[in-house]
Amino acid sequence: MTVKKASVKTVAPRTLKVDYLTRVEGEGGLYVRVEDGAVRDVKLNIFEPPRFFEAFLRGRHLQEVPDIAARICGICPVAYQMSAVHALEAALGVKPGPEIRALRRLLYCAEWMESHALHIYLLHAPDFLGYESGVALAAEHPKEVERGLRLKKAGNRLLELLGGRATHPVSVCVGGFYKTPRKRDLLALRSELEWALGAAEETAQWVAGFQFPKFEAEYEFVCLSHPDEYPMNEGRIVSSDGVDVAVTDFEKLFKETQVKHSTALHSVRADRKTSYHVGPLARINLNFEKLTPRAKAAAKASGIGWPSRNPFTSIVARAVELVHACEEALALMDAYQEPERSRVECSLRAGEGAAATEAPRGTLYHRYRINDQGLVEYAKIVPPTSQNLHRMEDDLRLFLPGVLERPEAEITAMCEQLIRNYDPCISCSTHFLKLKVDRG
Amino acid sequence: MAAGNNGSEKPRLAVFKFASCDGCQLALLSLEDELVALAGAVEIAYFLEARTQTSEGPYDVALVEGSITTPEDRQRIQEVRRQAKYLVTIGACATAGGIQALRNWKDVEEFTRTVYATPRYIETLAESLPVSAHVKVDFQLNGCPINKYQLLEVLTALLIGRTPHLPAHSVCVECKRRGAVCVMVAQGTPCLGPLTHAGCGAICPAFRRGCYGCFGPMEAPNADALTTQLQAAGATPEQIVRMLRGFTGFAEAFRKASERWEKTSP
Repeated sequence: MTVKKASVKTVAPRTLKVDYLTRVEGEGGLYVRVEDGAVRDVKLNIFEPPRFFEAFLRGRHLQEVPDIAARICGICPVAYQMSAVHALEAALGVKPGPEIRALRRLLYCAEWMESHALHIYLLHAPDFLGYESGVALAAEHPKEVERGLRLKKAGNRLLELLGGRATHPVSVCVGGFYKTPRKRDLLALRSELEWALGAAEETAQWVAGFQFPKFEAEYEFVCLSHPDEYPMNEGRIVSSDGVDVAVTDFEKLFKETQVKHSTALHSVRADRKTSYHVGPLARINLNFEKLTPRAKAAAKASGIGWPSRNPFTSIVARAVELVHACEEALALMDAYQEPERSRVECSLRAGEGAAATEAPRGTLYHRYRINDQGLVEYAKIVPPTSQNLHRMEDDLRLFLPGVLERPEAEITAMCEQLIRNYDPCISCSTHFLKLKVDRG
Repeated sequence: MAAGNNGSEKPRLAVFKFASCDGCQLALLSLEDELVALAGAVEIAYFLEARTQTSEGPYDVALVEGSITTPEDRQRIQEVRRQAKYLVTIGACATAGGIQALRNWKDVEEFTRTVYATPRYIETLAESLPVSAHVKVDFQLNGCPINKYQLLEVLTALLIGRTPHLPAHSVCVECKRRGAVCVMVAQGTPCLGPLTHAGCGAICPAFRRGCYGCFGPMEAPNADALTTQLQAAGATPEQIVRMLRGFTGFAEAFRKASERWEKTSP
């Protein structure tokens, strides 16, 4: 039987092996070796087959890039579309107007709602409450799971209105949108969004009551930061260690390295080769004051001390961002004015452009070089999960010594829960390698 | 031909992933109103994205997402076939090879060198092929991504033992039914709608852009007629090749048409 199982196997007395991590997007495994009570080796094994996006994007027209890049991830396609259009607009020297900018933010809010609700309710909450799946959770907590599914649906309905469908929406183009919505159609969703805002607050209250394993780490949190708003589509790259640089310096600051016997390229600080942490926890820790009023209130009411260095509290951070996304979506809907033109003219020129946006699971960086025919000559994509992978391994190294005395099944469950803190999207496989064990 | 076992046991559903973005299996979790009922009607025996517990085959219905791109996956799909009474491919990757099938016209070793610093760590096949190139497929669902209601229709039909009712016509029919304005006639925008399998609801024309063929070719499409018309309207052979080589570019009708046009470009 080679159809692999998610079960834990004892390979040697002190070796933990999880063949398939479950309740994550995409497929990966975990390998841990312990000798004399010390953790000797931790490997996140990513066997997601490579799909070579950066290679086959070459020669494609820039207007095809948002649609193609979306297919890197079925959970957060809007993030890929947003980073792509902003990078390509930078290459063309084009800047869409404020209405387009606001509408893109609304689209991003919808994706945060859908993705965060999915992760909180169906993938992560079962860990805290001792269930093996969202479906099992639903059997005993139907009210909560129904709330989660309706929240997810509210995000999806907004995505469908703005983009035609929730997964791989079709409305986004370089320069703006193929078509912008009517105000009355947006307002038709208003009452559902109002319900969602209340439900998001209940979500934050619910997850704040979970038991969080006692664990903290000295993280370098990294995300975008904007002077006036919670980061989504633009801003500077900042970190809790004092970094504050333009997005165009991303590749000077961070470098993707290949670790021997590792399964994936790890993004690290270029200068000191250390790991860093991207995602909702980083965003809240570094942008607390930019949260909407009700999101800020939910964060304060949670009882978590912000900034939080406990990665298990990321589920609360995600719920607070769910409140933020609903509240901001309502404000954007109310302020929305139908633009006269759905997109700005883009005249072709050769050039290069980079952009980073905040995907639900963290900073997503794109850089493209195009020729004067509008064809891509070079593409680089750094997904949030490849930035968090090194950090996940570091977390496991720190976390494991404290739980080694427990039964193996329990250790494994806790390790998986720790990995799920990062909402890893392993299908973002642009940079994942296949593990090859060196037996020499 | 009901997929369920006789007696009280619930039919067993499994979901397998190969090279893909997860977007099609997400359709199951996006059945927000039906998910809990579905989980009551079937045993979700293997679905790594959704649950930790898994149970061994055989399965009544196996949903397969993703294309076959590695030597290991070439073996694994054989095992999935052995374990599955009905094997249903979900989406453009499993059904047509997906966007990653663009490698099929290129040198995959050059691709590997381009993306990875140490290419020798990468094990991959020269081509990204649909599941049907490796094993018998009982039913195919088109789309990049699939339409979740079509998935529900296929599951329901298999569970009660009838043939799934899915439209076989082109996107053009959906476009007319929706009352959308034809983007080719009104705006001169190139559109693959006349060749493409229905199922999306003609969303691209409704958003004033041309269909990019993500549901793949319909039965007996006339690619020559459409692409000749596109050229007459000003598209270059290179543009026509790119249009045909999208998310379902390796599906036979699109592949043959793009290869014909490639020969005409200088």
